[in-house]
Amino acid sequence: MRFAVTKVCASGAKARAGLLQIGSSGVETPALLLSTRKGLPAFMSPDLLSSLPLPDSLLLNVCPTHFIEVPPSKTISNIGGLHRMLGLPDHILVAAAGESTECLPSSDATNKFGASFETPAGRKLVKPSDYMELISCLQPNLWASLADEVPAWVNEKRNKTSVERTLRWLDACIALDAASGRNSLGVVVGGSSIEQRKLCATEVSKRNVSGFWIGGFGLGESVEERCSLLNAVTDCLPLEKPRIVSRLGLPGACDTSFFFLEDGL
Amino acid sequence: MALRFEVLGRFNRARAARLTLPHFTCQTPLFMPVGTQGSTIKGLTTDQLETIGCQIILGNTYHLELRPGSQLIDDLGGLHKFMNWKRALLTDSGGFQMVSLLHLADITEEGVTFQSPVDGKPMLLTPEESINIQNNIGADIIMALDDVVKTTITGPRIEEAMYRTLRWIDRCIAAHKKPDVQNLFGIVQGGLDPVLRDICVRGLVERNLPGYAIGGLAGGEDKDSFWRVVAQCTAGLPEDKPRYVMGVGYPLDIVVCSALGADMYDCVYPTRTARFGSALVPEGVLKLKQNAMATDERPIDPSCPCMVCKNYTRAYLHCLVTKDPMGSQLLSYHNLSFMARLSRDLHMSILEGRFPEFVRGFLRVQFPKGDVPKWVHNAMEVAGIDISECCTPTNCQHDAMEAAGVDISEFCPPTRCP
Repeated sequence: MRFAVTKVCASGAKARAGLLQIGSSGVETPALLLSTRKGLPAFMSPDLLSSLPLPDSLLLNVCPTHFIEVPPSKTISNIGGLHRMLGLPDHILVAAAGESTECLPSSDATNKFGASFETPAGRKLVKPSDYMELISCLQPNLWASLADEVPAWVNEKRNKTSVERTLRWLDACIALDAASGRNSLGVVVGGSSIEQRKLCATEVSKRNVSGFWIGGFGLGESVEERCSLLNAVTDCLPLEKPRIVSRLGLPGACDTSFFFLEDGL
Repeated sequence: MALRFEVLGRFNRARAARLTLPHFTCQTPLFMPVGTQGSTIKGLTTDQLETIGCQIILGNTYHLELRPGSQLIDDLGGLHKFMNWKRALLTDSGGFQMVSLLHLADITEEGVTFQSPVDGKPMLLTPEESINIQNNIGADIIMALDDVVKTTITGPRIEEAMYRTLRWIDRCIAAHKKPDVQNLFGIVQGGLDPVLRDICVRGLVERNLPGYAIGGLAGGEDKDSFWRVVAQCTAGLPEDKPRYVMGVGYPLDIVVCSALGADMYDCVYPTRTARFGSALVPEGVLKLKQNAMATDERPIDPSCPCMVCKNYTRAYLHCLVTKDPMGSQLLSYHNLSFMARLSRDLHMSILEGRFPEFVRGFLRVQFPKGDVPKWVHNAMEVAGIDISECCTPTNCQHDAMEAAGVDISEFCPPTRCP
């Protein structure tokens, strides 16, 4: 994976254009990841997917927890991983554990051993070892580490715990990764606390990751809060690595998107 | 008449033909997929249907009139334009939906009275109204409103329905405003009674219609009665016009009816069974929901060239079916590809003088134990096709190994008929 910032906004704004290259595919950023169910975008089989604009439609967000029960890991490996299984050899597949429709983080049930999700197969506790087993058989191009994402209304103690766990699990995932984190995206959480967000971002930056997944949004924070939280996070992240943010809501919320662009994502 | 029907090849009663319609030139025998809620085949785009090789698709008159309304479709240039389908379309009369979907339908000489599902008001579908709606929609082939009765019913109702169908065809013909661009097909009724069927066939043939359908079947009658009605009707209908068996169906039924001289078929079966997680394969049906499929790394059918079989394993499809719409979509795609290939195989094998070999091969794969049903035997005798060597069990351990998922093609090459 190669990422380079190609242009930065003038006069102090943080927005930047970049180029993400994976294999023979190159995508200009800012870019949108298409969400998927069991690896394919809703109602878009591969022959239909190829009629979407390229290369923008090459980026897909895949949720490993969709595959937590079937097919078995061995079968997925035998088939050749996600790209072969989905019939999308040239696409850029970015894996992240929780997502907004099929695999909501279930923070009440999360504990020190793993993160809990409401999956189509019921509530599941996913430990770093479970997660990395999925990642190693799925072989996505990029993967976000396992994180403890909590809603905005949790108390300070719970929020602090979520940051500690997320960092611990990041280290565990990297340790379990055969490539030692080469394709990893460190997840930054911290809820609605600027302090925790900064702390998490700073710590994650120290690890051997290829980029950052800014999580914990879309879980009850207000739109106004988001901008200052994002600002705080991006201030602490190195400029030369890509940043992905998830669950920000509809693209139709133009003023908020504008802010995010300014925040350097 | 807005079609041309040219028989290009034969084997006894079976024919391979070229059917030239206003929007497309088709090869028969052919299978027509059925669209619901308008004409979209659930989950598939018109581009995909074209890629699959569909030649004619069915539009559902009842649904189209309900929503968006046939007048609107006409104002917007007809259904072809509305749904962006360049090839051929066929609309049914609306009668069947009415009888099957609506509990309180009443059939009188005037037409079919039913309760509007929208507001409960009584509504009437007459032959004139049905043809008017179909004229608006603009399909290449339109169907007469017939008095359709299930073959499981007995008694004077069947005779009444048959004669009424003949009276209604005249009203349909009179109401048809576009005979130069739309082909009105008559529908043969008469239940399982050969006398009634014969009267109906002769009555319709007298009207010199562009094509004829055999209706009232595929509704639960026993198979032996089914094939006999088809055989009788195809024998009585003109050679030089297309014959459409409505509501058929299973691949086996299509092969038998083609052997008996039918040309066109429609059925919801391939797409409906896809939505329940079943894929059509040469051996019969593959139920993707079975637990064994979860670790099966083969495609649905290794011999199938469709997009689904080229890209996906049974294991992945297993995790989709009945849980994700993508499962229905992919299986519908495969199943329609299967039916399109079956149509092509029927046409080409008749054209190239190898139809009996094709039939024998088809039966051997579907019935490896040699247990071909008696009704198929009887039908093939009338069709003049010798299937005796498909009826002896093969000696190899085909079934047991197949169930275990072992690929035995190198140990067990297919037998060849002398």
